[in-house]
Amino acid sequence: MNYTLDFTPVIEGLPNLLLACLGTFLLALCGMVLAIVIGIGGVILRDSRFKPLRWLVIGFVEVIRNTPFLVQIFFIYFALPLAGIRLDPTPTAILALGINGGAYAIEIIRGGVQSISKGQMEAGLALGLHKAQVFRFIVLKPALRAIFPSLTSQFVLLTLSTSIASAISAYELTSVSQRIESDSFRSFEVYFTVTLFYLVISWLMMRIFALFSARYFNYPVK
Amino acid sequence: MGPDEYLFLLAGLKWTVALSAIGFFFGGIAGLLVALARTSELRVVERITAGYIGVFQGTPLLMQLFVVYYGLALIGLKLDAWVAVSIGLTLHASAYLGEIWRGAIEAVPKGQTEAAKALSLNYTSRMRDVVLPQAFRISLPATIGFLVQLIKGTSLAAIVGFTELTRAGNMISNQIFQPLLVFGIVGALYFIMCCPLTLYGAHLERKFAKSAR
Repeated sequence: MNYTLDFTPVIEGLPNLLLACLGTFLLALCGMVLAIVIGIGGVILRDSRFKPLRWLVIGFVEVIRNTPFLVQIFFIYFALPLAGIRLDPTPTAILALGINGGAYAIEIIRGGVQSISKGQMEAGLALGLHKAQVFRFIVLKPALRAIFPSLTSQFVLLTLSTSIASAISAYELTSVSQRIESDSFRSFEVYFTVTLFYLVISWLMMRIFALFSARYFNYPVK
Repeated sequence: MGPDEYLFLLAGLKWTVALSAIGFFFGGIAGLLVALARTSELRVVERITAGYIGVFQGTPLLMQLFVVYYGLALIGLKLDAWVAVSIGLTLHASAYLGEIWRGAIEAVPKGQTEAAKALSLNYTSRMRDVVLPQAFRISLPATIGFLVQLIKGTSLAAIVGFTELTRAGNMISNQIFQPLLVFGIVGALYFIMCCPLTLYGAHLERKFAKSAR
């Protein structure tokens, strides 16, 4: 019980930790962009007329949603070199985050697309728009608006799961804090402070999403 | 992968199941208390529980496990790794389940509470006999969804240094140098545990959506 808290290593490592916060933020951001791309692509394939493609997307979503991210990141980390692709840990982590987030995004975006009434799409097609144009100009924005709350919470979860990327020593907050911890043995002090940092990061993420929503989706529904 | 490796993985699997069960059981009990406190209509209590939930939903589970693991050691509790991880998972689950069940309690129509009050039922009986059974039904899909999340979350115990399924896989993969095979099998084992739950949750959701119409 005669343990005194000593935050000196944390204070000395503060510049590194703050830089690592930026790393976490960028990692999450890149992961989100990739997740959106995979999500939209997945939704298009998910409703394609070619059956095997549909099954492939369904299988992908279920496999990703029902296995831990840690296992996925290990798998990708070891699979890439075997496929002849050499990537540093951080890009590998982005890829893993994108694939993981993408699977959830497919389900979320699909729900949004289904919330658009069929009449609107038919009207678009009747006006001579191509299927892709209907998606881009008619479906996308209202669908995004409908799914924005669930997308926000999914992306906050994605931001938090960047900490798991420390398992392959990607550059982000958790791996940097682990290095400080193993140098100083001030485990509790380091992890307690870093936990607070994460709290701020996820709060910031939520604020950004709220601002985005207020900027782009602030129009009356009907 | 020989029989020894498979047995080692199964031993890890046993711990994954145990951690999930412990976290879900105790987290469920604590989560119920959190949900009741969150809907208690006592402003101070509601604020505190809202903060509690916010902290756990705003920080990574990995950090929560680290802080609990080293925090308990700090106050002089020498605990086995699995106990510390269980405590971490329990706290984590209590916040998430508390939030899910708060939503479910609030989704029960107000008239139910009012009717129960009009019948002069006291708080305990109002909750136990009227509100919670309905809230339980409403919350079931989300609760099952969280259970899947918790099972997957136990894999983080591997990073803390506890040998459950993922760490067992990691150790074997370091020995036999066949990471894809090993992590493929590990992933398949998680999938076998989680997929039926996910399907069941989706089934319930569809069923409830239909009956609500």
